[in-house]
Amino acid sequence: MKMVTAIIKPFKLDEVREALSTIGVQGITVTEVKGFGRQKGHTELYRGAEYVVDFLPKVKVEAAVPASMLDQVLEAIEKSAQTGKIGDGKIFVSPIEQVIRIRTGESGIDAL
Amino acid sequence: MKKIFMLITLLAVLCGFSAGVSAEDLVVVEEAVTAAVAPAEAAAAEVAAAPVPDKGDTTWMMLSTLLVILMIVPGLSLFYGGLVRAKNMLSVLSQVFGIFALISVLWVIYGYSLAFGDGGSMNWLIGDAAKLFLAGMTGDSTAATFTDGVVIPEFTFVAFQLTFAAITTALIIGGFAERIKFGALMVFSALWFTFSYLPIAHMVWATGGYLFEKGALDFAGGTVVHINAGIAALVGAIVIGKRIGYGKEPMAPHNLPMTMIGASLLWVGWFGFNAGSNLEATGGAALALLNTIVATAAAALTWMASEKLLRGKASMLGIASGAVAGLVAVTPAAGLVGPMGAIALGAVVGPVCLWAVSGLKKALGYDDSLDVFGIHAVGGIIGAIGTGIFVSPALGGVGVDGYTMSGQVMTQATGVLVTVVWSGVVSFVLFKLVDLVMGLRVSEEAEREGLDTSSHGERAYQM
Repeated sequence: MKMVTAIIKPFKLDEVREALSTIGVQGITVTEVKGFGRQKGHTELYRGAEYVVDFLPKVKVEAAVPASMLDQVLEAIEKSAQTGKIGDGKIFVSPIEQVIRIRTGESGIDAL
Repeated sequence: MKKIFMLITLLAVLCGFSAGVSAEDLVVVEEAVTAAVAPAEAAAAEVAAAPVPDKGDTTWMMLSTLLVILMIVPGLSLFYGGLVRAKNMLSVLSQVFGIFALISVLWVIYGYSLAFGDGGSMNWLIGDAAKLFLAGMTGDSTAATFTDGVVIPEFTFVAFQLTFAAITTALIIGGFAERIKFGALMVFSALWFTFSYLPIAHMVWATGGYLFEKGALDFAGGTVVHINAGIAALVGAIVIGKRIGYGKEPMAPHNLPMTMIGASLLWVGWFGFNAGSNLEATGGAALALLNTIVATAAAALTWMASEKLLRGKASMLGIASGAVAGLVAVTPAAGLVGPMGAIALGAVVGPVCLWAVSGLKKALGYDDSLDVFGIHAVGGIIGAIGTGIFVSPALGGVGVDGYTMSGQVMTQATGVLVTVVWSGVVSFVLFKLVDLVMGLRVSEEAEREGLDTSSHGERAYQM
């Protein structure tokens, strides 16, 4: 089991969700986040006061998937979230030790 | 300590009132004696000759009064409110609303009499106590206008002038927004209104006032309102000190659309302020109204263009700030200059005020939170001096008797200087006094938490 965490551009969320459900991912968790990477922030100017805004709004998508689906999932996110410009985001993959479905008590791959 | 101070103030005020009332009684008695002695025919003729207010003028002045109230309670509140951080929104709204209510009451109790009465030997500076509590005033009482034989109901004049006193005092809060104690501000406002607004209004607008007699031109209050308040705000910002984190932490405006709504309400209300200052619904009011459109538009355009040229982007806040600067500059000039003169005045004030709120402010290092000095004092000074230039008939102005440009500009500069010095000194003394007695500034913890919850126990936005 793998946890796929993708940081993407907010306006790409719908496309990513659609691509993931098309390949059979059962569920994702979405969080609005802020961060900085290579994409530069911007400057805001209010009369004489200048503020550099370093942190840009992004969306974090998390999906727990069976290891067998991993490549498909990565490809789906990569294709759907890409614009080709700096700031498209990153995908992180990490192992999952255990999963439990709270309602039934199922665990492991059955709980995904 | 607080209670003792309040008691002393109350006692002093009461003593003043009782003295005033007895003086008033005396005057009434004297009048009665004269009336009894004078022949009945002469009295009858006098009554017949008394001018009657025109219904159009009266309506216009009541409408103008409402417009100026629109400038203050929603207008200035939202203009200022949008510029502060979300945690201080309600404190700004409370301050403006509270000051409006306070000054309204003080104005009819003693303000009007001291501002527009005849102070005898002190008349160059201040009025008298004859009309404390509006004594003797009825619906039939009248106030003079700029035309001989034309009058308006005195109650209308009292109400119109009330709004000027209120907005001037409320303007000051922008200088030290986000860090002042609410109670201290209310006490300061009452004192400042008494010792700075009333004498300056009297000197500029009342017959016999020092600047009035010198021939200083101030159609709707460039010196009385804007320079006066702008200087007080600067002194306040310096005495109270910078906000915690000023220049280090971001303090971006929390809601610029509200600032835009506020600026627009200010613009609309300003027609009452400027065109209403004509006191009659005549061509003079129409000229002031037109000037209040075009000067404002010109200043919004030049601020916008300067931002685009100097910084690459024209901002909404810049356009709105330019408009307010234009309104300030055309205030003393409104009924005195031609429309092209008004445009010139507006065009100049845009870039200068932009410099005042950025370059000048940075160089001097004070934290005038909402740029009351940079826009109202600086814009007011340009307007006051500019009025001396553009009132010239050669430049399309209405002209004044015995006009020479250099002479009038010198007179205008005198008006500016007197106002700057008077307001500066009085404000400094009063801020220090209030600070000593009750403290001006909230605690560091309260400031970080935000004044909405720490001073008012409520929150503007439930998120």
